Order: sequence, then structure tokens, then C-alpha cells
Amino acid sequence: MTQAPTTSPPAIELRGIVKRFPGVVANDGVDLTVAPGTIHAIVGENGAGKSTLMKTLYGAHRPDEGEILIAGQHVTFKSPREAIARGIGMVFQHFMLADNLTVWENVVLGDEPGTKARLDRHEARTRLRDLGARYGLRVNPDTYVSELGVGDKQRVEILKVLYRGARIVILDEPTAVLVPQEVGELFTSLRSLTAEGVTIIFISHKLDEVRGVADDITVIRAGRTVGEVKPRDVTARELAQLMVGRELPKPIPRSDAPSETVALRLSDVTVAGVGDLPALDRVNFCVHHGEIIGVAGVEGNGQTELLDVIMGLRPLAGGSIELDGRSINDLSTRDRRDAGIGYIPEDRHKDGCVLSAPLWENVILGHQGSKPFSARGWIDRVAARRRTKDIIADYDVRTPSADVAAVALSGGNQQKLIVGREMTSGPAVLIAAHPTRGVDVGAQAAIWDYIRVARTNGLAVLLISADLEELIALSDTLIVMLRGGIVATLDPNTVSIADLGAHMTGAADGNDG
Amino acid sequence: MQTTWTKKVGDALLAPAIAVAAALVVSSFALLVSGHSPIAAYRAMGSFVASTDSVVTILNRGAPLYVVSLGVAIGFRMNLFNIGADGQYRLGALFAAAASSAYSLPRPLHILTIMLIAMAVGGAWAAIPGVLKVTRNVNEVVSTIMLNFVATGLSAYLLNNYMRNERVENVVETKSVPKSGQLPSLNGLIENFGFHFPRLTVLNGFLPVAMVVGIAFYVLIWRTRFGFDLRMTGASPFAARASGVKPARMIITTIVISGALAGLASTGFLLTDFIKYNETFPLGLPFTGIAVALLGKNHPAGIAAAAFAWSGIEQASRGLLDEKIPPEISRIMLGTLLMSSVIAFEVVRRRNLTNAVRLAGLQAVGRAAGGPLDTETQPPSPAAGATT
Repeated sequence: MTQAPTTSPPAIELRGIVKRFPGVVANDGVDLTVAPGTIHAIVGENGAGKSTLMKTLYGAHRPDEGEILIAGQHVTFKSPREAIARGIGMVFQHFMLADNLTVWENVVLGDEPGTKARLDRHEARTRLRDLGARYGLRVNPDTYVSELGVGDKQRVEILKVLYRGARIVILDEPTAVLVPQEVGELFTSLRSLTAEGVTIIFISHKLDEVRGVADDITVIRAGRTVGEVKPRDVTARELAQLMVGRELPKPIPRSDAPSETVALRLSDVTVAGVGDLPALDRVNFCVHHGEIIGVAGVEGNGQTELLDVIMGLRPLAGGSIELDGRSINDLSTRDRRDAGIGYIPEDRHKDGCVLSAPLWENVILGHQGSKPFSARGWIDRVAARRRTKDIIADYDVRTPSADVAAVALSGGNQQKLIVGREMTSGPAVLIAAHPTRGVDVGAQAAIWDYIRVARTNGLAVLLISADLEELIALSDTLIVMLRGGIVATLDPNTVSIADLGAHMTGAADGNDG
Repeated sequence: MQTTWTKKVGDALLAPAIAVAAALVVSSFALLVSGHSPIAAYRAMGSFVASTDSVVTILNRGAPLYVVSLGVAIGFRMNLFNIGADGQYRLGALFAAAASSAYSLPRPLHILTIMLIAMAVGGAWAAIPGVLKVTRNVNEVVSTIMLNFVATGLSAYLLNNYMRNERVENVVETKSVPKSGQLPSLNGLIENFGFHFPRLTVLNGFLPVAMVVGIAFYVLIWRTRFGFDLRMTGASPFAARASGVKPARMIITTIVISGALAGLASTGFLLTDFIKYNETFPLGLPFTGIAVALLGKNHPAGIAAAAFAWSGIEQASRGLLDEKIPPEISRIMLGTLLMSSVIAFEVVRRRNLTNAVRLAGLQAVGRAAGGPLDTETQPPSPAAGATT
């Protein structure tokens, strides 16, 4: 592992960065010092403020408070262009490459060598080959990007940044899209980059990887820096605890017990993933009537696939799903919904609502096949409006009327509408992903109460959430997902934060490197 | 932001008003450049159109155009681009013409069955790109355009070899639609109200058919579950799918309806002025229908205005001949009208969206802070969602 030279000023120093968005403080006084020529990992939960911080550094937006120093000099970036000019490059999680162009064309795009009129192809290829040889990032310049695998595409992204003269490269969750072998290759490349004096900032929440590759680790929680550690000084468990932080809330004890009847049963449910690794690998659990099963886990460990496969939005590669003892493997999404499965999707903008449609139509959405919204193929607009008004009142949706388009509502209010829609449809099973994401505290408590009451009345809930407080507050049983499988079943009454963190990050299996 | 009825209509009319103004400016410019007085030209067009004969022609041509445009629009409503109305219309006309003389039925039934044949053939032809899209993910724009060429060749082959009226030697055409299959004119009905048509001016019976189709379109799209699914699919395919809409079934059903309407439109000529299918049968209509659907914003009322305005301008341009102005100037008018409409619609749409988002932004600021720190997964501005 490369050691940081200690004489030169830090490559990057961020002091007291504060960034506010309407209603939310995303960064609340973040300090960060990155030594030149090192790999510096920034870890934190989803929503801790990592990406916001990096966008500040990359010039995508300006901080409300705080200062940025590059190699000891104060800078203010008005745009990413200015950040690039100072040698800062960012590789985003989602690749931004033109598939129908070759590697070298992608790399030079926007910064072409030659004159205004003439593109110097030879120069472009030569410079690209030199870069590749120097940093150990070998890709054939003349291959079309569409023919490349994910790992190669990532190399092209890194080359793109280096081509523009970056000496500081920010990688936003670079391993999220890679298979384990590619992760190894990426880390080798990163080491050869630092050997050439390039500074790497590595955003991640996969602690085992971070401990394997980083020279320094900064932990961010709730928009603040909560720790700076060396990987060899901490165990993955300690890191997990730093990351998750706060004491867990005590669940509200319930007087009744869940019923004995199984509402939803998953047996050996398997879903194909990219490459050889299945996205879901023989998942088994069941949800009883009157029970809430909470799914904990770092995002991207199969939760999306779990939701999709239960809702019939993704094909089942193996195993079976039963609703009230009857297999629903062959039912369509509509049939599953009509059979009484309520669904609160992860991404409300993409799957949860139609932004250009008025609220009352959004309330019909997903229930257009059943009463009171339709009968014999006809939409009952009066009933839909009435239900919408009820939801607006009961779930405190702040809106001028039921006729405005959903886009006019803030995210939290859209979410309240969606939760209200699913709850008022009287489901037998509720599949809820992040039901209170983006919702203010008061409405969050109200939604939790609605879910608890429905549970007491026999609703079976599968709750997927990134919010541990929510999981502990609601769940009767917690299951932890990691790499497409269920790695632990825990009791929310007794679980410790260290245990939960360790299971979520894989540190509990001793595979933490 | 209570949207009143008047404001809604005002918003709807804003874009067309801008578009018409822009089209007038551009065509005036074209007239001036070619050495003609725009005022004289518009006056000639206006006076030519202001006759019973012209109005009847506009209605006769506008009604089938309206129906074919509705067919295009129903696809557009869910982002399904059926560019193959031409082939669906052509084959619908040919089969309906050839079949109509092969059987006889009392009048209303005969008319109805001929129409159903045209719709079935148009729908079946449209089902091909639909099935290709669903099973093989073939882009329907490409396949429908290509199938237009196939339909042209196929119809010529079928007409020559199987559907030709052998008793006519010089012309390749089908037999005539029997009297019992022809739509009655509306002249008699309207003359009951004391209005008198000039000699040889016939208002075709297809107009009420077009009106029924327009109303049915509205009801289907805005009042039925199918229409709800269709609109949601068009606005947000992911949300629609998550809500249980079956994309494959929606695509097939919609494109078949689209093709059936193209087929039906052909009977607006076949059962009225033309009676048989030959090379004089009007064919340009379906392509115009794409433009008219666009102009009418895929709404039955808007399309009605657009279809009759379009055939109105075409008819009016014949008046330009009297002024020795080339009638092609109307092509420029229609072209700029189309282009400026598309731009104006987009400008107005963005303005409305910005207003909505501004309203939402104010609400977000007004809320008490303290929500979960969730900016990574939840963009701070609802505008992020508005980009779709």
C-alpha cells in the first residue's frame, strides 16, 4: 500500500462544508483532508451526504458555507468545468458513454485534439495508449463501447477523466456495478494510479472493500464527519458502528401476537442477475397475517429484485411465491394487485406515480382493476376524487386540490399520497419499500401508526427500508440481506447496533479481509 | 391554482394562436418574396372558401381525415408511433371494395359490414408490427413504414390478379360498391331544415360516422379503464407497469385500434364519392393524418379543429389560382403551421411545467425542516422528476 508523503500540503482540504436544500441540510459541517497520492475512502449510509459532498468538490453546486482548498490554495468552483481545470475529475456510478462511438472517440469527446476544423485521430490514439500504458488501464482505443464489459467501460470513464488532466479522481461507488473479479482489477488499477501520484477519492458503503483498498477512511453520518480512521486501526464491526452510529430505538411493544396463518411465503426464490451471480439466491421467508417483517441491508444487495419478483415485475428463475397458500408464480402484476398485494415502490417518481397526471388519477393507479375505481371497465371518476380527498385529509397531503398534477407536489407529499393510496385499498399483504422516505417527521409518525393499526387488523407487511429507526420501530422480525441472500434473522427487541451493522456489511461472517 | 374552465380553454388555445400567427408571418414572407401581395392572397383564399360548395368539400374531405388522425392519435397517446396508416388504409379500402360486391344485405347492414371489413383488414395489417414489437422488440416506426411499401405492392398484386373487375378492360379497378352499401348523402336530411344545396353539391354521409368515432375516442380514452391504462402507459411506462398494466397486450390492442380506424377512414371515400378502388382513390390522407394528430394534440376536439382547418386550407388554396398565385403556397402555410405548432406546444408545456414546479418549490421551502437526510436518493427539487 502506498504511503502518503507527509511534506506536501494536502491534495484536498474541505473545511466546514454546509450544503442546504429546501427543507434538508445535506452537509452540516463536513471536514475532509486528503493526502496526495493516496486512496481516500468516504463511507456512510445511503443519504449520509456523501454524494452531495462530492458534487460540491466537483463544482456541480456551491456550498452554502465552508471552504475548499486544493493543494493548499483556496478555490471556488462555479461549474464542473472549473473543477476539471484544477485537475479534479469525477467518475459517476452510471456511465456516461456513447455506445456507438469507439473508446478513443468517447475519451476525446468534448476535448478533441487538433484544430477546430480537423480532428487529430492519430494524436488521440497515441495519447490514449500512453495514458493506458502509464496507469495500467489497458483498453483497445478502436473498440466500440457497446462491445465492452462493465469493467472496461469503467476503465474508459477513468481514462476520460485522466485525459483531461485530472490529478484527483473521485469515484462514486465504483464497485457497485462490478463482479468480484473486476473489483480486484479496479483496485490494482487504482494502486498504479496512486503510484503515479494521482489522488483517489473512493465513495462506498461496502466496508470490506474499503478496508482492503483505502489508505485513509473518513466516515460521514447525517451530513457530518464522525470519524477519520486508518483501515488497519479498525475492524469492520467498529467501522459499521461508526457508520450507523446512533443507539437503536426501542420497538414499541405490542400486546397481540401475529396470527399463525402465513400470508406470503417465499420458497427458494431465485432471480437471475448480471453474469453468473444470481441477484437473489434461494431466498426463504414467510410473512404471517398481522406481522411486519423488516428487511435490513445496504442498498443493492437484492432488495430491488425482491420487490420486483414479488410484484411480478421480474421473472422468477427458481422457487415459488405463495399468497395465502396459493402459488402466485404465474399471476400477472395486475392479478397480484387484485389478489390483495399493496405495493409502495422504491422509486416513487419512476414506479410510484405518474407525475404529469392529476392526483385523483394517481390514486387510481395500481387499483384501476378494482372497486371503487372501476366497474366493468369503466373508470369511476367521482369515487376516485372522493377517495383522493379522503387521502389528502387523512395522510396530510399538502396540495391545493385533487386536480393538480402530481409533479406539483413535493416528494414527501407524493409519498404520503402513495402510502395513502395503498393503505386505503385494504390490502391483505403490503410490500412497502421506504414508505416514509422524504416524509417529514410528523407525517412519518402518522404513517407508522397507520401501518401498525393495519397490522393489528391482520395486514401482513414486508418492509424494506434504509432507515434503521423505521425498521426497529415497526418490525416484528428483522431479516438482513447481503449479496442476494438472507444472512441473518434478528429480533428487533434485542439486536444491537453492532450486530446489525456487522450483518449488513458482511463483517459478521469474518470475510472482512 | 384552481383551474377554472375558462383558464383551461385559454391555455389550450394559446399555443395554436401563436402557431397560426407564426404561420401567417412565414407564408406572408414567402408570398412577398415571390412577388405577390399577401393580402390579396388571403382575400382570394377567404372568398373562395366562403361558398356552400367549398364548405361541403371541406367537410367531405375532413371527415375521413379526422378518423385516420384519431387512429394515429390513439397510438401517440401511449408513445406508439403507427406510421403505417397508409398501408392499413389502402388494404382496408381494397378489401372492403372487393368484398362489398360479393354479397348483398339490406342497406344499413351492408354499410356496417363493409366498414367492419375495412376495419378488420386495417387492424390485422397493423397487428403485424404490433406482434413484431411485442415478441421481437422491433421498433414500430421502422416496421410500419416498411409495411407501407409491402402494402402498396400487395394491393397492386391483389387488385391485378384477384380483385379486378374483369368486365372493365382499360382500367384496373374493383367492382363498384352496390347501391345498398353506399352511404346516403345528408342533403335530404338538411334540406328538411329549409337549407338548399347548389346543384351537384353533395354532403357525404360519412360526417356523422366521424362524429361518432370522435365521441367514442373521447369516452374510450378518458372514461374507461383501457383508456386509463393507455394514458398512464404513455405518460410513464414504468409506473404503468408497476400498476399492473400489461405492456404487450396494450401495444397490440392499441395498434390494432389504430389500424382499424385507418381502415374505417377509407370507407369515407369508398362508400361515398369513389365507390370503387382504383388508382384515382385518394391515398395521401393517412400521412396527413400524422400531422393532424400532432396539430390536434391527440385530443378528439383538437384533432377535429386541425382536420377541418387542414382540409380548409387545402380547399382555400384553390382560390389562389384566380389571382395567378401558385397554390403551392398553401403547402408552405401548412408546413409552417405544423412546425410552429410543435414548437409552440412545447414552449407552452414547459411554461406550465415551470409554473407547477415553482409552486412545488415554494411548498417545499415552507415545510418545517427536519425530514430525513435523504438527498442522495431523493433529489431536492421535484424538477428532477419533471424531466421525464
